[in-house]
Formats: sequence, C-alpha cells, structure tokens
Amino acid sequence: MARQPIGDVLLKADNISLSFGGVKALSNISFDVREHELAAIIGPNGAGKSSMLNVINGFYHPQQGQITFKGQTRSRMKVHQAAVQGIARTFQNIALFKGMSVLDNLMTGRNLKMHSTMLEQAVYWGRARREELEHRGKVEEIIDFLNLESVRKTPVGRLPYGIQKRVELGRALAAEPSLLLLDEPMAGMNLEEKEDMCRFVLDVNEEFGTTIVLIEHDMGVVMDISDRVTVLDYGRLLAVGTPDEVRNNQEVIDAYLGVAND
Amino acid sequence: MSQDLMFLTETVISGLMAGVMYSLVALGFVLIFKASGVFNFAQGVMCLFAALTLVGLMETFDLPGWVAVILTVAVMAGVAWIIEWAVLRHLVNQDPIILFMATIGLAYVLEGVGDLVWGSDVKVLNLGIPQGAWDWGLDNLNLYVEKLEIVAAVTAGLLVAVLAIFFQKTRVGRALRAVADDHQAALSVGISLRSIWVIVWTVAGIVALVAGVMWGSKSGVQFSLSLIALKALPVLILGGFTSVPGAIIGGLIIGVGEKLAEVYVGPFVGGAIENWFAYMLALAFLLFRPQGLFGEKIIERV
Ligand SMILES: Nc1ncnc2c1ncn2[C@@H]1O[C@H](COP(=O)(O)OP(=O)(O)O)[C@@H](O)[C@H]1O
Ligand SMILES: [Mg+2]
Repeated sequence: MARQPIGDVLLKADNISLSFGGVKALSNISFDVREHELAAIIGPNGAGKSSMLNVINGFYHPQQGQITFKGQTRSRMKVHQAAVQGIARTFQNIALFKGMSVLDNLMTGRNLKMHSTMLEQAVYWGRARREELEHRGKVEEIIDFLNLESVRKTPVGRLPYGIQKRVELGRALAAEPSLLLLDEPMAGMNLEEKEDMCRFVLDVNEEFGTTIVLIEHDMGVVMDISDRVTVLDYGRLLAVGTPDEVRNNQEVIDAYLGVAND
Repeated sequence: MSQDLMFLTETVISGLMAGVMYSLVALGFVLIFKASGVFNFAQGVMCLFAALTLVGLMETFDLPGWVAVILTVAVMAGVAWIIEWAVLRHLVNQDPIILFMATIGLAYVLEGVGDLVWGSDVKVLNLGIPQGAWDWGLDNLNLYVEKLEIVAAVTAGLLVAVLAIFFQKTRVGRALRAVADDHQAALSVGISLRSIWVIVWTVAGIVALVAGVMWGSKSGVQFSLSLIALKALPVLILGGFTSVPGAIIGGLIIGVGEKLAEVYVGPFVGGAIENWFAYMLALAFLLFRPQGLFGEKIIERV
C-alpha cells in the first residue's frame, strides 16, 4: 500500500511557554504537525523535547500558549481528554505495567474502546465477555505486527530493555491513535534493535497512516525517516524544516557542534 | 483418629476460620494500598460500618437479608464515591503520611455516622446463616466445627475467586492493576484514576461487608468489630503490603498460629498468647524478612 499523502494540520502548538521554577523548559514555541506526517523533534539533552510531548498530551500545563488538536483549541488539556481525542504515547523511561503480561499491557491500550459496564464485568457475562474476545483479536494483530508472539504471556518486567520498548509501542498502537508521540523509542538500543524499531515506526506510519511525532537523539535516524524536523535548544525553537534544510542550517550546526565539543 | 490428633485438627480448623477473617480485612487494605498508595486506617471501621448498615436496614425496614445486602453494597459504593470526592482528589500527590492521617479522620467520621444513624448498642445479626455445630454424619469422629465458620470460609473463598477473575479478565480489573503499577502510564492510556479509586474503595467496602457479616454473626455487631483491623496489621507485615495472595495466606498463618500457640504453648507461659502472638510473629518477620512472604527483596539503589 502506498503511503498516504500528507494532509491538513492535525496538531498546532502556539507560543508555548513552560517553566519549572527558574528553569525555562520551553520559551515561546510554535510548530505544527500534519496528518500522516512523520515529524521529528531533535535537540541536545535538556532542550525541552520531552516537555513538549508532555504539554501535547496534557501531563504538563504550559503557563502560556495553546494546543490545537483536530480543530479544538485548549490551553489546559487533561491527559484523559488527550487519550479520548486519540493521542497515544510512549515514554523516555519505559512506563509499562511491569507485573502484567505483554498481552495485558496491550489490552490496557484498548481501555477507551471498551464499553461494557462495571456490573456486566463483575459477572463477566454477555457483552463484557464478547468485548474482551473481540479486542483480544485486535491486540493479537499488533502482537504479530511487532513480532512479540513468543513473549505474549510473559510479564513485561522480565523482558530485556529493547523488547520492553517495543511492547510500549504496542500498547500505544493498541489504542489506534490518530497521533502517536514517541519519546526516544530507540534510546539505549543496539544497532540491530534500532533498525527494527525504525522499521516498525515507518511501517506504522505507512500502513496505518498514523501521524507520528518522534523524539530521537540519533541524527542519522531522524534525517532518514522524518518528513520534517523541529530543532529545540535550551527551550528555544532553533529551526523547523525538512531534514535537508535543517542539516544545512547554521544555527543547528553550531548547536550540535557545541554539543559534540562537550 | 486419636484424641490428640482430633484436637489438633479442631484447633487448626478454628484457627483457619479466624484467619479467614483476618485475610479479608488485610485484603481490603492491600487493594486500596496497591491502587492508591493509601494506607487505609479506616478499613476496620468500614467492616463495622457495613455490618451496622446491614443490620440497621434489616431491622428498621424489615427487609429480607438479600435485599439488605444489595442495599448495603450500594451504600458502600456511595461511601467510596464520597471519600473520593471529599478527600482523595484533594490530596493526590501529597505525602503518604498525610493520606494516612486523612484515613484516621475518615475512621472517626464513619464510626460517628454509624453510631448516629443506627445507634451504638450491640446488634444481633441474623442473615439466616446456620448456627451450631456441623453434623458430619461421622459422629464417631467427634469433630466439632461450627457451621457458621464453614459458611464464612466458603463465602470468603468464593469472594476471592470472583475477585481474581475480575482482576484477570476484565477491562476494569486490568485498569486496577495498571494503576497499581504506574499512574502516569495508566493515565496515558485513558484510565481515569478517580473512577479507579471509587471502584477500589467500593470493592474494599464489599470485602469489609463480608468480613463484618461473618464476625458480626458470631459475636454481634458492635464497636469491637472495628478492632479486627489491628490484627490485619501483622498480617500485612507477613504477607507484604502489596500482595493479594500474601494477605490471604498471611491471615491464615496468623489465625492458625495464634490458636496453636494458645493451646500448646499457652499453658507454659500463662495463657493469653492469642492476644500478642500475631505481633511477635510480625516483629520476627520485620527482623528477618522485612519484605514479607511474597514481597520482592528490596535492594536500595546507590
Ligand atoms: N517535572 C519537571 N520538574 C522540574 N524540571 C523539569 C521537569 N521536567 C523537565 N524539567 C526541566 O526542563 C528542562 C527540559 O527537560 P526535558 O523536556 O526533559 O528535555 P529533553 O527531553 O529535551 O532532554 C530541563 O532543564 C529539565 O530539568
Ligand atoms: Mg527527554
């Protein structure tokens, strides 16, 4: 299947400013993400990348600015609301349900898609049971897609780091999100794991048409797979553009050379 | 069976029955602690409150037992909702000690409301649970077991089985476990912490009702019922604060342990061991296995 063409603006950030005490994590950041796009946010450690994702899905509330998602504008979005609107994410430090199996972790991703009442579930009858089986089917597809068959019943706390990262992607995918936020999905991986993860991210974007915002440290990876790149540095927006534009931007080169000289 | 063996069996069985009660109270603690990190001092009073409400409804409105049980479950759900609305949501992200103090306040409020609405006299709870000794049809064995205790054990077993299925197989059960594991991740998949808290406190209320009914059927519904919570504390130390099987097995161990100690060690040290045995055992555990029976070994990160 051919990749879906990039569409209208899906997510727009306007003049976002966020500070923690004296630390300005984000100052006056504006950028947008379009439908079916694979957008990357790069920048050195502490640049404000994770903070930006946290603002988008409502973990952090910016002191200034607003987020517009699917045409709805909010300055203080709640995490729950973000999930209801179709935003799913992974975390820089894996945040899985460690005691639960891979299957169960993915099933939690379908939380908002299941509707049987508490009472029906208490007796595990009729709709509750039917629903459970139906969603199980969907989750099994994702397990296949991510090659997790061999570990589907294993508690995720026992899995190696690289696989856990993949499970976390799976949990986000289980929600069939319209916007997927990935915070350093390849960090700490070896080359082979990185390549696998890259493949998965691209496949998600191509096969499901999911819009993705990806934070990644590895410049090579970012330049290879993203449509547009946003560069942050010390909470400031340094540049936005295609990988080529960004690569040749003098400010970006300076910032990154600065990092390399650390 | 020899006389001695028979006696031992009876002691163990009666210990198991007392243990079931401790397990239920400890289970209520563990559920709430896992899902919200709150050490709920009011769990014992919840048993009293639930039993009081049940008796009160039956007496005042002359309701059949099963109707009163359903209404009491609804009342406990209401209590859970009010607790979330009035207390928990305002104290999220506070230190555990502050939440703990809040539950001390809660215990007094629940006790006061129970007194106010239903009166403070000792009440007889009669849900039609058979009383007296069980007729095994094995009279030559002379094994003496109270029917009430058998019913209590079976009910508790059923309750635990139903809860286990609920936790393992349903969306809400999974959400409960998810919240227990990682708040932020749970939020990110759209689980609402507030509804989970209401559900968890409701389930703890139902568990409290079962414990309250069992205890109340045996000894009447009165203030001392809330004191079984004190026995749940050593159970938690034994079983670990976050382990459901730990709460159940810990309760049984303490129940059997204290009866055995009373009968076989009591005569040498002057009796009344039953009152302090649980705490001694807990102390020993704190010294040698602080993570409890099933807890993971805690290794400090340095
Ligand atoms: N919850 C928080 N409390 C205090 N400071 C924070 C918090 N989150 C982020 N920061 C600060 O904001 C800045 C940006 O952090 P972050 O967004 O994590 O950067 P990045 O993901 O680009 O490495 C850092 O100085 C960091 O210390
Ligand atoms: Mg980060």
